[in-house]
Amino acid sequence: MNGADAIIKCLEKEGVEVVFGYPGVAICPFYNSILDSEIRTVLIRTEQNAAHAASGMARVTGRPGVCAVTSGPGATNVITGIATAFADSIPLICITGQVNSELLGSDVFQEADITGAVESFVKYSYLVKKAEDIPRIMKEAFHIANTGRKGPVLIDVPIDIQNASLGKFEYPEEISMRTYKPTVKGNTVQIKKVIKELEKAKRPIICAGGGVLLSDAQHELRSFADKHRIPVVTTMMGIGVMPTEDPFYFGMVGNNGKPYANRAMNESDLLIMVGARVADRAVSQPDLITENKVLVHIDVDPAEIGKNVGPTIPLVGDAKHIFDDLNAEEFSCSHEEWIDTLNEYRKTMAPKRKPNPDFVDPAELIRLLSLKMKEDSIYVADVGQNQIWSCGYHIVRKGMFLTSGGMGTMGYSIPAAMGAKLAAKDRQVVAVCGDGSFQMSMMELATMRQHDIPVKIIVLKNNYLGMVREYQHYTYKDHYSVVDLSGSPDLEKLSAAYDLPFLRLSDMENVEGVLDEFLKEDRSVLLECLIDPYDLVK
Amino acid sequence: MKRIYSVLVENRSGVLCKVAGLFSRRCFNIDSLAVGETDDKNVSCMTIVSSGDLRTIEQVEKQLNKKIDVIKVKTFDESQSISRELMLIKIKYNKSNRRDIMENCEIMKAQIVDMSTHFMIIQICDVPERIQLFIKMLQSISIVEVARTGTLALSKCTE
Repeated sequence: MNGADAIIKCLEKEGVEVVFGYPGVAICPFYNSILDSEIRTVLIRTEQNAAHAASGMARVTGRPGVCAVTSGPGATNVITGIATAFADSIPLICITGQVNSELLGSDVFQEADITGAVESFVKYSYLVKKAEDIPRIMKEAFHIANTGRKGPVLIDVPIDIQNASLGKFEYPEEISMRTYKPTVKGNTVQIKKVIKELEKAKRPIICAGGGVLLSDAQHELRSFADKHRIPVVTTMMGIGVMPTEDPFYFGMVGNNGKPYANRAMNESDLLIMVGARVADRAVSQPDLITENKVLVHIDVDPAEIGKNVGPTIPLVGDAKHIFDDLNAEEFSCSHEEWIDTLNEYRKTMAPKRKPNPDFVDPAELIRLLSLKMKEDSIYVADVGQNQIWSCGYHIVRKGMFLTSGGMGTMGYSIPAAMGAKLAAKDRQVVAVCGDGSFQMSMMELATMRQHDIPVKIIVLKNNYLGMVREYQHYTYKDHYSVVDLSGSPDLEKLSAAYDLPFLRLSDMENVEGVLDEFLKEDRSVLLECLIDPYDLVK
Repeated sequence: MKRIYSVLVENRSGVLCKVAGLFSRRCFNIDSLAVGETDDKNVSCMTIVSSGDLRTIEQVEKQLNKKIDVIKVKTFDESQSISRELMLIKIKYNKSNRRDIMENCEIMKAQIVDMSTHFMIIQICDVPERIQLFIKMLQSISIVEVARTGTLALSKCTE
C-alpha cells in the first residue's frame, strides 16, 4: 500500500462516494489508486468548480464534499471555490497534489505554496510530510471540517509521499487533538436568561442564518417558533429554515430583503440571532439591532459573537443542541398584538413590481417555477440580480435553497447544482443563473453530459452584468463601464453543441407550458428567459 | 490600549505564519512578537504585544483561540505582568566618548559584551520603556546596528 492508496482507503472509511477534480502529474498516484475503489470520480472542467460541486454535495448530505486537484495552477485555481465554502462555512476536503517533497521551495515546475496561499480561507491545512501520517491527518481533517463551525480543510500531498509505501494501514477510531474541542452544548445559565427575556418580551423575533441549516436544526427551531408563536426572519443563507409560506415566517432581512422583514427585526424588543454573522448585507446598520432591545446571539463560533455587534446575552453552542434545550423549558409568552402588527406590515409593505410585458418577468417566473417544482426540490441560485430575484420570489416548501451568500461567487450555481444532484439523485435540481454567471461556468455542460448529471438550468438573459449595471445606474448616474455582455454565445446553438434540449421564453405568454416542459422528466434542459435589461433600474 | 498575549502553540512549521497572518488579515496591530520553545519541546510560546480598543482586544483573543494550532491564550495588561526585552546595540565610539558610554551603561545596568578598537556591542535587558530610554541616551553617539527581541512577558506570581 502506498500513500495514495491510504488516502483512498481513508475516503472510503469516511463514506465518500464522489470525488470531483482534475488530474495533473502531481495528483496522478491518487487518481491511479482511486480506480481500484468504488468511489466515483467526476472530471470537472475547471478546478474552481470542483470545490463548488463538492460544496453543493456537502450542503445536501451534511457531510464534507471532496475534491482533488493537481499542484501549481490546479491548486491555485481551486482557491476561489475554497474561499466560497469558507465564507458560507461549508465542510470541504480539498486534496492537492504537490511536487516532490525534496524539491519543495525550489520553484520547480507546477510548484505553488498552496497551504500558504489558502491560509486565510481554510479552517485548517496540512502539508503531508510522511506517508505514515496520512490516516491520522485524514481522520482529523474530516473531523475538523464537519464539527464546530464547519469549513474547508486542505491537504497538500507531495507526489513522493503519495508513492511512498506505508507499513500498515490503520484508520484511527479516536481523534486526539488537544487544541480543538468546539463547544456544542449551550451554557444552562445563559439559556435560562433567554427564557426569562422571552417571558418578558412583547415583540420577540428570531433571525435565523445559515448556521441553523448547517447544524440541521430547522426542525427544532420551527417547533420552538410554532409552540411559542415567535415570528422568524432569515438571512440569505438562512432561506429554507422555514417554509416560505409558514404564517410565522416574515422573509429575508438585509438590503436585498423584504422591507417588512427588516422593519420587524428593527422594531423587535427581543432579537434572537442564531447562526448568523451579522454581516453588512444582512444588517447594514448594526446599531438598529441593538437599540432598545435585548439581543441574544447564538453561534457555535465564539468569535462571531461580539464581532459585529455586542449582544446582551451571548450563547455559544450548536443551534440544534440549544433549540433542544430551549424546547425542553416550560414557559409562556404572549405577544398576539406583535404578530398582528407584523402581518399588517407584510400586507402593506410588500414590494411592488412593474414588470415590462415585452419580456419575461423574472420575479413571476421564479414564483411559478418554485410552485411547479417538486416539493422537495433543490433550487440553486447564482450571484447577481438573479440571486436577488431568487431570494425574493422562490417559494421553499420542503426543499433546499443553495447559493453563495458570503463570498458572492459568480458561476456557483451550475457546479453546485451538479454536486447537489449527485447527492440527491431522486430530487429535482434546478440552477438559476444570469447570462454573466452562466458564462463563468458553462464549460461544465460537458461535465453534465459526460457524467450524466441531469441538472436543469435557467439562464435569465439581459445581455448585461445586471447587478453592476444597477450599481452604476445609481452610483455613477448611468455611466456604464464594462457591463455589456455583447458577444455572448447563442444559447440555442450552444445547447445543440452539447446535445442538450433547449427552451426559450421571450415573454410571459405560455410561461406555464414552457415551465411544465422544462420540468418534465429527470433530464438536463437549458431554458433561456429574455428579461428586460432595465428591470430594477426604472 | 496595550495588551500582552501569551500564546502557547504547537511547535510545528507554519504556525508562526498562521498566527502572524491572522493579525494582518484582521487588521490587528502587532507592536512586537517573540517566539521560543517552552520547557516542552512540542510547545512554543509566542508573546505578542498588540494595541486596540476593547472590542479589538476581545476579538484578537477569540480569533487566536479559533486557530487549531493554538493551545492556550493568556492575556494581560502591563500592570499584571512582568515584561522584559533584550537589546543588543552596536555603536561606534572614540576616546572622548568612551567614558560617557560606560557611565551610561552603569546607570542603566547594561553590559558591554564585545569590543574592538572602534566598535562595541552593549547588551541590555529591561522593560521596553527603559530600552527606549537607553537608545535615546546613546543617540548622540553613532549607533551602527540594533537588535531587539521584542517583549517577553509572564503574568505576575499570585498565591
